[in-house]
Amino acid sequence: MYATNYHRASSVADALRLKGASDEAKYVSGGMTLIPTMKQRLAAPSDLVDLRHIAEMKGITVSGGRVRIGAGTTHAEVAQSAEIKAACPALAHLASLIGDPQVRHMGTIGGSIANNDPAADYPSAMLALAATIVTDRREIAADDFFTGLFETALQDDEIVVAVTFAPPERAGYSKFPNPASRYAMTGVFVAKGPGGVRVGVTGAGANGVFRHAAMEAALTGNFSAQALSGVTTDPSELLSDIHGSAEYRANLVNVMARRAVAAA
Amino acid sequence: MTKVSMTVNGRQVSGDVEDRTLLVHFIRDRLGLTGTHVGCDTSQCGACVVHMDGKAIKSCSTLAVQAAGSSITTIEGLAKDGELHPVQAAFKANHGLQCGFCTPGMVMAAVDMINRHGGNLDEATVRENLEGNICRCTGYHNIVKAILAAAAEMSAGRQAAE
Repeated sequence: MYATNYHRASSVADALRLKGASDEAKYVSGGMTLIPTMKQRLAAPSDLVDLRHIAEMKGITVSGGRVRIGAGTTHAEVAQSAEIKAACPALAHLASLIGDPQVRHMGTIGGSIANNDPAADYPSAMLALAATIVTDRREIAADDFFTGLFETALQDDEIVVAVTFAPPERAGYSKFPNPASRYAMTGVFVAKGPGGVRVGVTGAGANGVFRHAAMEAALTGNFSAQALSGVTTDPSELLSDIHGSAEYRANLVNVMARRAVAAA
Repeated sequence: MTKVSMTVNGRQVSGDVEDRTLLVHFIRDRLGLTGTHVGCDTSQCGACVVHMDGKAIKSCSTLAVQAAGSSITTIEGLAKDGELHPVQAAFKANHGLQCGFCTPGMVMAAVDMINRHGGNLDEATVRENLEGNICRCTGYHNIVKAILAAAAEMSAGRQAAE
């Protein structure tokens, strides 16, 4: 790892100030992606601004028909949360499948969505739940937030402070994990909510997480696994790598979607 | 250099480190606690698992400065008054180790999962919770047996104490 300078932020305002003091600074929360990436010298921020001790970014609340998860909430906390299990058990299930127990104790929902790894689990749920990404300066609809591989609508110094969504009527998540890394080779989150049926697919898209319009249409009239049997996915828009071809992933999208609907 | 202070196995420690120093290197090289191992160094294998504020984490994927102010428990902190921790004793009784390299991480992961699940652990849950720990001798079967035995014993101990 190249040398870096560590700063611990005590508040969101403090974090913005610390970030502003250096051109090459990066925010770190659990660090479960960033620290290994720095060890491989694939990232070399001059400064790290630690968001893990900011109280205003923590916690889960459900009120006024909205679930709010602070960005600094760990995967383990989401997986074990009684509020999330009641409001959206599929999201607790998704969190329980990320990495391993040690990674889940450190990694956070804010870090996952801000990084927008094309194989991360949370982005698919954010799309399917029509979540709102709350930052230090604005609210961004999930549909506008995820813009490509490791790309989001966030400005350079913008901080995700929370995500909010309306609890869905039904939701399910199913993923085919890479046998070594446990990242999604394909993961599908389906949700039937106030705005209709939405399907988020992660791990498979050549341009990152995406909504599956054909599946949403098929499930709108008939929310059942059978409704998806004839729905195909165009492999030309999917990832192809040593773990699986685009055609293989196209099939996985359908299988995972059917399992997710069956689990919902 | 930054001065970091934390509690390690109940003892207040501090030291000057480069900000890029990994927690595992601080523990091993500065504190001389070499029970915590570096295996894969890519956050896959779990040989470096320690507890930070009561939760299992991978000390090869955490900076020492991130851990400043926290309470760390390493494998050296488990035994009390020369008595093995029940999980350590169960690994010994069930032959839950072969070469022993992964064992400190396995034991720390096991204590954490028993803390979280108590006596409700079953074999499938143990195997699932060992996701982040790799044994290259592939001795998982006895590791799982040891964890189940320790969970049962610790749960019985808690009930007897109540």
